[in-house]
Amino acid sequence: MSELLHIQNIRKTFPGVVALDDVSFTVASGEIHTLLGENGAGKSTLMNVLTGLYHPDSGRMHLAGQPVHFTSPRDSLSRGIGMVHQHFMLVPAHSVFENILLALDKVALVYDRKHYKQKIQKLIDTFELDLDLDTEVWKLSIGAQQWIELIKLLLRDCRLLILDEPTAVLTPQEAARLFKVLRLLQQQGKSIIFISHKMREVMEISDRVTVLKKGSSIATLKRGDFDAETLAGLMIGQDRIPQWQKNLQMSEKIILDIKNLSARNDRGLADLDDFSLQLKEGEILGIAGVAGNGQKALAEALTGLRDVSKGKIFAGAVDITHSSARSSYISGIAHIPEDRKSIGIAPDLDVADNLIMKSFKNSLFRLGIFQNRRAIRRNAEDKVSRFAIKSGPDGSPVRYLSGGNIQKVIIARELSEQPRVLVALYPTRGLDIGSAEYIHKVIVDGAGSGMSTILIAEDLDELLKLSDRIAVMFRGRLIGYADPRHTSREEIGLMMSGECREISL
Amino acid sequence: MKLVIERRDISSTLLRLTAPVVSIAVALLFAGVLILAAGINPFDAYREILYEAVGSTYGLSETLVKATPLIFAGLGVSLAFRMQIWNIGAEGQIYMGAMGATWVALFSGLENHWLLMIAMFCAAFVCGGLWAGVAGLLRARWSVNEVIVTLMMNYIAILLVNYLIYGPWRDPQGFNFPLTAQFADAARFANFFDTRLHSGFFLALFCALLLYLFMERTIWGYQIKVIGSNPQAARYAGMRTGVAIFAVLFLSGAIAGVAGLSEVAGLQYRLQHGISSGYGYTAIIIAWLARRSALGVIIVSLLMGILLVGGDSLQMLWQLPIAFVYAFQGLILFFLLGSDFFIQYRVKLIKGVQGG
Repeated sequence: MSELLHIQNIRKTFPGVVALDDVSFTVASGEIHTLLGENGAGKSTLMNVLTGLYHPDSGRMHLAGQPVHFTSPRDSLSRGIGMVHQHFMLVPAHSVFENILLALDKVALVYDRKHYKQKIQKLIDTFELDLDLDTEVWKLSIGAQQWIELIKLLLRDCRLLILDEPTAVLTPQEAARLFKVLRLLQQQGKSIIFISHKMREVMEISDRVTVLKKGSSIATLKRGDFDAETLAGLMIGQDRIPQWQKNLQMSEKIILDIKNLSARNDRGLADLDDFSLQLKEGEILGIAGVAGNGQKALAEALTGLRDVSKGKIFAGAVDITHSSARSSYISGIAHIPEDRKSIGIAPDLDVADNLIMKSFKNSLFRLGIFQNRRAIRRNAEDKVSRFAIKSGPDGSPVRYLSGGNIQKVIIARELSEQPRVLVALYPTRGLDIGSAEYIHKVIVDGAGSGMSTILIAEDLDELLKLSDRIAVMFRGRLIGYADPRHTSREEIGLMMSGECREISL
Repeated sequence: MKLVIERRDISSTLLRLTAPVVSIAVALLFAGVLILAAGINPFDAYREILYEAVGSTYGLSETLVKATPLIFAGLGVSLAFRMQIWNIGAEGQIYMGAMGATWVALFSGLENHWLLMIAMFCAAFVCGGLWAGVAGLLRARWSVNEVIVTLMMNYIAILLVNYLIYGPWRDPQGFNFPLTAQFADAARFANFFDTRLHSGFFLALFCALLLYLFMERTIWGYQIKVIGSNPQAARYAGMRTGVAIFAVLFLSGAIAGVAGLSEVAGLQYRLQHGISSGYGYTAIIIAWLARRSALGVIIVSLLMGILLVGGDSLQMLWQLPIAFVYAFQGLILFFLLGSDFFIQYRVKLIKGVQGG
């Protein structure tokens, strides 16, 4: 295998921060090379250097033996390096076709629509993707949107594809399909840099793994030389992982009773369809399902962010079907939202102000119409130390925090009122191992003190590890429950695809 | 060699603070070229501006007088900016505030000074507030763009006032000039130091203090900040964003409306044509320059006051048109907006490398 990309001693600093200290690695043609590292290890910076968004202070890059210095992502793209970002760069109101066309180089002002359509369709067929060119992007699932990003790069004849945590938004089935496509690409001689946190995937797909830690590449291991434990050890190093012990002690008392709930989405389609669920006191109820099968609607209906068109929600004996987000919260439902940056925080305000976002009217934090700044500051100090939030200097806006720390801020805020019910939507998505484990610990500890959790997650391993029961959703309906101690990934996978099963437990 | 533009990861606070100063400095430089083109030595011109505006008691008092409506309107506009609401209609709100105050002064029949003051204040406050409140209602209820609505309503407000002073409110003893009758003494602000400086200026300072406390210390200010930063998160936290949009635009317009009161009760003593010479538009520049702080609004308004007073004297001394002052304001805003680019990106020179 010939060497496609060679990176030598890359160093990149920002004022006061060394983002990349000393990074070296190579990517061969037709290789799937995984970059592994905790949040803040420098993966994103490295990718931004690679695609020309940042310029390294020192170090060299060679592409196919030629020294290169990219000045912009457009520059690197023209040399065959393309990246699928975690946040997609799509125009939601436009069709799939238009979005792809937008990314193409040298499309004439008056273009041959049919020619391009055929060209794109051929690519879609090659990889057996399920994608309709005329659908508007906003109607598509996240998984399908990712295909668009990938097709855009393939049409530009990229030799090196960079995928930044591509499976974070996919279901096991979608991820499996992505992997199939990646292998096909590999056979065509394309190189792939794969960034992921999920150990199972790293083990499955990688030819080689380079571990980043604190801005340096500390090891590159070939397939056969690495296993999950070695990698985790390298990645975390001396850092401590919070320990937690799960004990089953759920009572039979039903704390939340969802009866025949229906809700419609923006497109007028049923997101929740005659959905029923019972949550018991102190249990962690995992919800499994392919993305877009009503999980988000369920969470929003429970937390009052979405109107319910039919059915009822009871908390104990109280009907809480029709209440605003605020009154639901008072009834004791906490919520970790899916998209933490877009609805979880006010990015320009500091940690202290974000921590009181839901309780600012509480008499604890105010004196009449005035805010009690001292109490707010004390509350922040307390939460920052209790939840191990790395918050930066006092008063600095939350948007400068890492994803893991932002998630901790949200969790600290949501759990501080000792809610009776927690609805957590993908709470560990995009987090490093340390932060994810910490959040698991918080949820399990909460269950120990009587909090019931509805945990919606995409990682089946996570669900199996944490849940007392797993409920499987399909097209807005409850397909059935599974017992994590006696079920298998395959069985849940089948249920996720709509295979009916007797509702047991 | 290659010029490269790259995004800064964290924009520095130092840059953020120096940007307005640098913008003003560069604007001074460019305005200097304009003055030079008019055949005048720019250094002489600037010295003249400074001397006229702050070199004497008279000049200083005139500067404060000019700054007064700017502080009010600037505070109003910047309050809305805090919530990412763009109130471009301070000009119209000033007119409406002046109209409300005039109505009370001329037609309410009140004679007690303090009663009149309070009633005039309330009338100006409510008129300015409701005028902006229309945009607030439209925005909150039907997502109508507030920029368009507030801007368009400026013309309505000015024409409405024109109608009143040419028609029903025209002073019968005014020799057919388009003016209302003069206010009685009880309806006038107090003057100080034998100058035109009036209580409106101190009211403006007090207003700035109140607004600062409102934004930084009250739960309402807190909600405005959260909504401004992320409306979705605010809704999710149970804040009523629609109500807040209306309330903020109302308050924003109300404060601008008080500028109208201060002009008619402190300076003109009647409602007449052109009571605001674009103060509402200058307020937008002021709010932008001041970024987020009430103190900033005061400082920038004083600077603008210097410019207006000095600009007047340039006109008298060298027949330099007053348009020069507006050109200068425009230059400042232009460079300020431009400086945002340098706050977010850095430009680098890369040497001796081959790139794509």
